[in-house]
Amino acid sequence: MSDLSYEDSKKLVFKGLILLGVLTIVEVAIALFANGHITESFDIGDGWMRYPYMLIMIGLSLYKAYFIIYEFMHMRYEAKGLVASVLLPTGLLVWAVVAFFNEGASYGERRNVIKERNQMETTTSPKIKKIGMVETTRELKKEDFQ
Amino acid sequence: MATDTTVHDHHQEVGENWDGAAEPFDASYGKLMMWYFLVSDAFTFAGFLIAYGAIRFSMPAWPVPDFVFEKMPFYHGSAPLVFVTFMTFVLIISSVTMVRAVQEGARNNKRGVIFWMALTIIGGATFLGCQAWEWNTMINGEGVTVTKNPFSSHLENGNYISGSDLVAAGYKEYDVSEAPEMAHGDDHGHSHGEVNKNKVKYYLADGIANTEENIDKRYFVKRDHNYEYHVGDAFEVKDPYLITYGHDTHLYEPAAYKTEDGQILKERDGPIAFGSLFFFITGFHGFHVFSGVVFLIIIMINVASGLYHKRNNKYEMVEKIGLYWHFVDLVWVFVFLCFYLL
Repeated sequence: MSDLSYEDSKKLVFKGLILLGVLTIVEVAIALFANGHITESFDIGDGWMRYPYMLIMIGLSLYKAYFIIYEFMHMRYEAKGLVASVLLPTGLLVWAVVAFFNEGASYGERRNVIKERNQMETTTSPKIKKIGMVETTRELKKEDFQ
Repeated sequence: MATDTTVHDHHQEVGENWDGAAEPFDASYGKLMMWYFLVSDAFTFAGFLIAYGAIRFSMPAWPVPDFVFEKMPFYHGSAPLVFVTFMTFVLIISSVTMVRAVQEGARNNKRGVIFWMALTIIGGATFLGCQAWEWNTMINGEGVTVTKNPFSSHLENGNYISGSDLVAAGYKEYDVSEAPEMAHGDDHGHSHGEVNKNKVKYYLADGIANTEENIDKRYFVKRDHNYEYHVGDAFEVKDPYLITYGHDTHLYEPAAYKTEDGQILKERDGPIAFGSLFFFITGFHGFHVFSGVVFLIIIMINVASGLYHKRNNKYEMVEKIGLYWHFVDLVWVFVFLCFYLL
């Protein structure tokens, strides 16, 4: 396991407690400050300031995760192969996050377009929609399922 | 001949854990498999959190955490994120006590292991209690369920309405301090007036009495989390950080808006997925905490019985449950990030 002496590892645990506690307080303090709960005069609003805010939050959380894995779970003292076989697969998640968040955003955009189109048709001329319905839909028959 | 003996000797040394030859990665079978279980569990949680993110990205509006999670026990005002921060601390501290238990195990100190494991179990149970309170507040206090979310809104094309629009349409204007149910606020030694920094106004249709029974007939003008009115602003359809209810008053009433043809409508509830994702993901995490507590109790009993002392492997079982317990803390870091901070 660890090469540290008993006293040293006890110190490390105390350090970990302080570090994780302080990071959590910092995160919450930034969240409250940025959203105008501490002073009403400052609020990052919904503009570009959201992005650095998110980056800071994600960065701090990742650091907390790193500390828990490396110190509390003793990953620092494991064989290189073990570290690689555990951490490398989780790297795939980066792509999963990028891909699925894009997918979600695109789904939202499509839904908005559909909503807009529907409203355009009904407000300009209800007849168009009616004709469209007649042309494009028909009742399903038994042979459709064969 | 020489090779035969070396193989034989080697087998004597490490044959205990693995039936093959040398231990891969200098780790025992159980510990390595715990790591790989945690990898697979991480993927499960990642799947859920990615689903949360994808759905959130697809929604025109999403509840603002500072307003959803602002309740705390023994306090009736607004305390954004305070209670969940407390929950986070409970979990961090229980993680630290678990590290201590593993360290005591490494030096074969049975009493130390039991002491620190007992503290860890108390921490885990406290977290579960906090979560029960949070869920109860969400469901019974704020009305968020798997199928209902009063926070935020689906946005429709239309305009926010101003107070004067409502007055022109025959509504009567009231200040929040005139709300009948505000009188109860003083029972708790806390004045709601302090919370209402921005003098929230609400509106009732002419002829409807300003009584507590008519709470659900009130109209609030749409505000965002800047506590400002959006007087006559056009809808920003893609704006993800709007809230649409009378937050400071704790009356979770959908806001009002005006459609293009001049109709005044109430806004609908927020994305249903918020409630189901929240309860499912925090529930799945809570289930991990619960099963962790159960395993900790079982292993603590085994420690007390001297089982692991006999095995003489530096209380490896404690180390393995320790890995699991830290993982639960690790997942919470990301649940905390996704649900409460972003």
